[in-house]
Amino acid sequence: MRRFTWLVPTLYIIFLLLPIYWLLNMSFKTTNEILGAFTLWPRDFTFDNYVKIFTDPTWYNGYFNSLTYVVINTLLSVSVALPAAYAFSRYRFLGDKHLFFWLLTNRMAPPAVFALPFFQLYSAVGLFDTPLAVALAHCLFNIPLAVWILEGFMSAVPRELDETAYVDGYSFWRFFFKIFVPTITAGIGVAAFFCFMFSWVELLLAKTLTSVAAKPIAATMTRTASTSGYELGLLAAAGALTIVPGAFVIYFVRNYIAKGFALGRV
Amino acid sequence: MKKRTYQKAWLFVLPVVLLVAFNAVIPLMTVVNYSVQETFGDNVFFWEGVKWYEEVLNSERFHASLLRQLAFTGIILLIEVPLGVAIALAMPRRGPWVSVCLVLMALPLLIPWNVVGAMWNIFALPEIGLLGKAINGMGIDYNFTRQPVAAWFTTVLMDVWHWTSLVVLLAYAGLCSIPDAYYQAAKIDSAKPWAIFRYIQLPKMKRVLTIAILLRFMDSFMIYTEPFVLTGGGPGNSTTFLSIDLVKIALGQFDLGPAAAMSLIYFLIVLLLCWVFYTLMMRNEEQ
Repeated sequence: MRRFTWLVPTLYIIFLLLPIYWLLNMSFKTTNEILGAFTLWPRDFTFDNYVKIFTDPTWYNGYFNSLTYVVINTLLSVSVALPAAYAFSRYRFLGDKHLFFWLLTNRMAPPAVFALPFFQLYSAVGLFDTPLAVALAHCLFNIPLAVWILEGFMSAVPRELDETAYVDGYSFWRFFFKIFVPTITAGIGVAAFFCFMFSWVELLLAKTLTSVAAKPIAATMTRTASTSGYELGLLAAAGALTIVPGAFVIYFVRNYIAKGFALGRV
Repeated sequence: MKKRTYQKAWLFVLPVVLLVAFNAVIPLMTVVNYSVQETFGDNVFFWEGVKWYEEVLNSERFHASLLRQLAFTGIILLIEVPLGVAIALAMPRRGPWVSVCLVLMALPLLIPWNVVGAMWNIFALPEIGLLGKAINGMGIDYNFTRQPVAAWFTTVLMDVWHWTSLVVLLAYAGLCSIPDAYYQAAKIDSAKPWAIFRYIQLPKMKRVLTIAILLRFMDSFMIYTEPFVLTGGGPGNSTTFLSIDLVKIALGQFDLGPAAAMSLIYFLIVLLLCWVFYTLMMRNEEQ
């Protein structure tokens, strides 16, 4: 019985990879082949769809815009979450528990609820259609998440570390950046990973807050799908390319993920 | 060791509070504002009191989408949680295959949600999709753009594909935290695999599983992009979940009042259910 347990994850991974394979398969086909014949692999192997994406500015700017707001959001979320998580893990202060729960409620807010008011708010402050608007809007769910994850990692660090440093004459900020931050690099990695992930995959707010100049790749895709009929090959190629940054990031943090999950903070 | 009381810690959390409040409080107040007023354009508003709330709470449309939402969330939780635990139990604990498994399994989590929808659309189309062709090839009439049952099947399968990995990763992390000594003790007692699962593995996974259920509950309750791209809420209204319905009312028909009232009711439902989960989780932790 135990000899066959490897079958379960293998079958599951095959199930995971099938739709991805189909997407790649489509992306290398010509439109004629997609609509004309059912083929398990491309007969008329073509790079045209990818060439189009890399040469047409409306396409490659989409990737550039998406990555811009994702990176801004990740940096912003993690850097403001660091001191806050430290406060939650080390001190008691007025309303700390309520504040923590209030932060978490924002992770629970359905983005659809906020779509319209966000549009008005960011138009009013003149940030509409900039990557910064999306980066700030995604803080709504990413900051609570980053605080939650980092608080978990920080609470695992014994408090004696802080006290020893003060006895040794370190000032607070010197201790924080020279000693404390390096001891929780894994936590920062996990937090950054999840911020990147949730900002990268979110579409509703990103689409609502942009029109032309800062249009994310996901929105470019939906608009192509609806306006120019059925360019499935192109759509598939664009979709396949959106998997790349995620795969890249996941490869780098693969050893931290299990650790981060182990603390039960996602 | 007890935490030190230090009121100046508020300064540490201030940037977080300001940023989140800017994004949460102002829009929320806007929604509250709309939910009690009527407008005919030109920024002229009339006080309406709780009219919109009554309208939403009594509307069959809202009941229908809420019911669909609850059914969907229930089904995916019932599939994803046991499946995720089973896969985590079967995964290798050490060796080179661990990272391969982890990386491949985490892949669906990092694909933008509309791409997930588009990918499954291409995958399940009856004429050109692998899945659609395969099911039709087995002699079952399947077309998710026309049959509500097929649309539900495809949406659920897509969600299982998309999110089971999250449960797997969490459950796996919980399993990895069990010291070897526990298993050795079980071996000495010649415990059956079921007993090991029931009395060692399950209790150790309890905490991460609560979080997995909480996360899957929240995220599936807010699901919008994937079914919107896959089925557009159709055929008919058969896969119109709460978020899809809300966006239809708010941005499609621009009925601000009812949309705002529905938003708040929706948010309160999520909040209430999450609060129940959260309290249960914290109580477990204290024990």
